[in-house]
Amino acid sequence: MARDVFRISALFLAGALLALPGGAGAQALSPYTVVGDAIPEPLTRVRGDAARGRALVVERSSTCILCHSGPFPEQKFQGDLAPDLAGSGSRGSEGQLRLRLVDASRLNAATIMPSYYRVAGLARVGTPWRGKPILSAEQIEDIVAYLVTLRQ
Amino acid sequence: MRFAGAIAIALLIAVPAFAAEIPPADRRSGYDFMKPDTKAMQDEDTANAGMLWVLDGEALWKRKAGAADKACADCHDDVSTSMKGVAARYPAFDKATGRPIDLEQRINACRSNRQQATPLPFESRELLALTAFVARQSRGEKIESSTDPQLAPFIEKGRQLYVQRQGQLMLGCTSCHDENWDKKLAGSAITQGHPTGYPLYRLEWQSLGSLQRRLRACITGIRAQPYDYGAPELVELELYLMSRARGMKMEAPAVRP
Ligand code: HEC
Ligand code: HEC
Repeated sequence: MARDVFRISALFLAGALLALPGGAGAQALSPYTVVGDAIPEPLTRVRGDAARGRALVVERSSTCILCHSGPFPEQKFQGDLAPDLAGSGSRGSEGQLRLRLVDASRLNAATIMPSYYRVAGLARVGTPWRGKPILSAEQIEDIVAYLVTLRQ
Repeated sequence: MRFAGAIAIALLIAVPAFAAEIPPADRRSGYDFMKPDTKAMQDEDTANAGMLWVLDGEALWKRKAGAADKACADCHDDVSTSMKGVAARYPAFDKATGRPIDLEQRINACRSNRQQATPLPFESRELLALTAFVARQSRGEKIESSTDPQLAPFIEKGRQLYVQRQGQLMLGCTSCHDENWDKKLAGSAITQGHPTGYPLYRLEWQSLGSLQRRLRACITGIRAQPYDYGAPELVELELYLMSRARGMKMEAPAVRP
């Protein structure tokens, strides 16, 4: 509870500095605060689970390994449009990885990496996906928990 | 930390740069990306499953239909001369509607107006068969669609649809087919997205399918709302793709993985 209050007021204070997701559907998303190039605070109160995170990353519906490869010897089909995920945890902090997943387009407007926790500013989203982020806050936290373990 | 520079870069690239079109010398058909056994399937008429539709199409071409009781063959004479190169010039400008129409729509216009028969549904066996039979007569012909100046505004609309980012994944056609055609999406070749082979037999579909079916699959793949079959947007996309492939050789009915 206390933490929620803190986060909401932090958000309020940060005001115009933050271009947070707006629009009707956005209310369903947990608020978050961007500090520099990171989201230091988790999106959920419960910590992410790295084992679930790994399972999510290799699942086709999460779309990660359409583009990325990684330390997944059991996965026959991996993409090569994006950096290998091995060593992600050495290259970025937990907060930096979180912002990458939530909205990579803030870091690189031209990136092809989708924004996994955003519903505003999208165009022509298909009916089954409309108004929903690609991944839930819990799923983002699970994946972040997994990515930080990928050290080199 | 390597991520640190990202913000500074983001500020520099406020507007995503337009992807450069592929220079003519580097253009490659989807065929070039296939394994030898899939290429052999396309090359050998006896192994090419698309030829089953071509044969059906030949039968339909000769069959009388509609209130006019006329067959396509009654108006068009020898198909190998009358239909040679036709598919390589579609979508074409249609005076009646003042818009481009694609080959399927052209065939259906003949059905309605000349044969006085009911139009065939998109992706029906009959429409695919007739289209495959007509397109087959253009094998090896160079794509020359889109030279008609009346088409220019529609090609431009198609280009805008092609570069527009859309869907829950917010990708544009150009993100994959111009910027990443030499890469793999979960193990499968992305290719440059040229429309040289349609209608074509896709192993994944276990069927022949139209270019519009392929476009709808890519649009759904990026989790965007697919346009309905026959929608102006799909025809404009087809037209832009044909203009982008100008000079490339027709391969219908092609085979793809
Ligand atoms: C459509 C392609 C695409 C998809 C899908 C995608 N990414 Fe990415 N990702 C990229 C690209 C390209 C980069 C390189 C940096 C950039 O373009 O901003 C990147 C960068 C990253 C980075 C930073 C890598 C580094 O070391 O610099 C991480 C971590 C990451 N992605 C994780 C993920 C995860 C986890 C998922 C799925 C939930 C995912 N990505 C889905 C394209 C994609
Ligand atoms: C995330 C990547 C991606 C995006 C975005 C994408 N495609 Fe594709 N496209 C593919 C893949 C993978 C294939 C299958 C490879 C193949 O058969 O060429 C394909 C196939 C095609 C083909 C068939 C090429 C052939 O040789 O038969 C066409 C045409 C095409 N896409 C056009 C488009 C258009 C138009 C758009 C935008 C509305 C689009 N694509 C968006 C990945 C993508």
